[in-house]
Amino acid sequence: MNIYLTALSAIVKREALRFVHQRERFIAAMVRPLMWLLVFAAGFRAALGLSIIPPYQTYITYETYIVPGLCGMILLFNGMQSSLSLVYDREMGSMRLLLTAPLPRWWLLFSKLCGSTAISILQVYTFLAVAALFDITVEPWGYVAALPALLIAGLMLGALGLALSSFIKQLENFAGVMNFVIFPMFFLSSALYPLWKMAESSPLLRDICAMNPFTHAVELIRFALYLRLEPMALLWTVLALVAFMLLAIWGYDPERGMTRRKG
Amino acid sequence: MTVGLQVDNLRYRYGAKEALKGVSFTLEAGAFGALLGPNGAGKSTLYGLLTRLFTTSEGRIEIAGHDLKAQPRAALARMGVVFQNQTLDLDLSVRQNLSYFASLHGLSGRDAATRIDAALDRLNMRERAGEKARALNGGHRRRTEIARALIHKPDVLLLDEPTVGLDAAARRSITDHVHQLCAEDGLTVLWATHLTDEVHDPDRLIVIHQGEKLADGHAGDLRGGADLSDYFLSLTGAQA
Repeated sequence: MNIYLTALSAIVKREALRFVHQRERFIAAMVRPLMWLLVFAAGFRAALGLSIIPPYQTYITYETYIVPGLCGMILLFNGMQSSLSLVYDREMGSMRLLLTAPLPRWWLLFSKLCGSTAISILQVYTFLAVAALFDITVEPWGYVAALPALLIAGLMLGALGLALSSFIKQLENFAGVMNFVIFPMFFLSSALYPLWKMAESSPLLRDICAMNPFTHAVELIRFALYLRLEPMALLWTVLALVAFMLLAIWGYDPERGMTRRKG
Repeated sequence: MTVGLQVDNLRYRYGAKEALKGVSFTLEAGAFGALLGPNGAGKSTLYGLLTRLFTTSEGRIEIAGHDLKAQPRAALARMGVVFQNQTLDLDLSVRQNLSYFASLHGLSGRDAATRIDAALDRLNMRERAGEKARALNGGHRRRTEIARALIHKPDVLLLDEPTVGLDAAARRSITDHVHQLCAEDGLTVLWATHLTDEVHDPDRLIVIHQGEKLADGHAGDLRGGADLSDYFLSLTGAQA
């Protein structure tokens, strides 16, 4: 097998093995979206009246509305968490080990991204299965159609985490990123409320939400779950993926020396 | 003389602070080079540059005949590295850790398995292959990391303070092991340390302090009749 593919499959396999050994992390990652779905949404549904908007063809419950947003949330948190583990890895040295492999850095970073995205997607499907147990379902084929959307969205959010990890020198700074990246990205999006609803309160906020790549990732997933393609969302998500990936490659460029440490 | 590792006028600065002020040395193939320097001498910066974690525009590094700047991948392929911080996945077994690394060097299947067994045998770690890295003590974790660094049969082995945190017995055993590897397999070794008792008389000794090379020669010759640690202290003390 070619060295590129050998390395890719080893990196993905390592992520998978680490994941298997960290069941607590998996359960913790499940609790968050399920709390939103089963508690927050239940309480909130009365407060928010939804009208029929695409891709829905009928009135839907609030729980149904936020499922794609929560899928996005899993991808977002995992993307950031895996970048947290990169900062930790870099401090602990296993990132250094990876970067001494005789392969181009962009390939190593891309492989790492594929590994973490695969784990994220597994978590999303687990979440969808649990949601289905509570009768919160989508179109049967939607589960299949969502796969490419989840892949693109997962890679995009993972690439963002990767880019951020190259700019964070120490683990402690990461808490700030959580507050300044994760929360704004999540709340300034269509994950919890449709954008027209946001526009009623503030057109400015609506415009910010419409710029947010996370909104487009969520919409891409939402439409895919109902067997529809939203071209604008796809375009935005892919563009964001390319931009974040380039930023990450630049961030990890040895000539820029962001990975250096004082000796 | 075949050159194992060559460092030529290497400079590096962190902002205004100059961490390496034009360091040069050459290790012939099969030499054991001890890089001795107090904390903050620039050893880790040098290792960062040698492993291409970051690069500098000033100076040149050659690994087994490959220029690290011009042919980074060929140079990295000839290099084995043991980092100062431990880099094992503690939840994975010794063998899983090693086969992950083998794959990063494009080795898989039977070829990788044979090499892994050979490397583990070399370090007397074969019977621990199935254990989780977490179950190993510090000395055995280090051995695992050395075994891992040998899987792809490198020409040059770089170790950055590999005995940090080990007890006296493990420290001695690892030091002797690597000296033996160097003597028997013709491996070029660069061993960074601040502990003089890890340096043997026939070793090539390079002393660096505050980013500059202070001494370079065979340890036995350099220390003359004196104790190596006295020699080292007088050298670095005078400069401080």
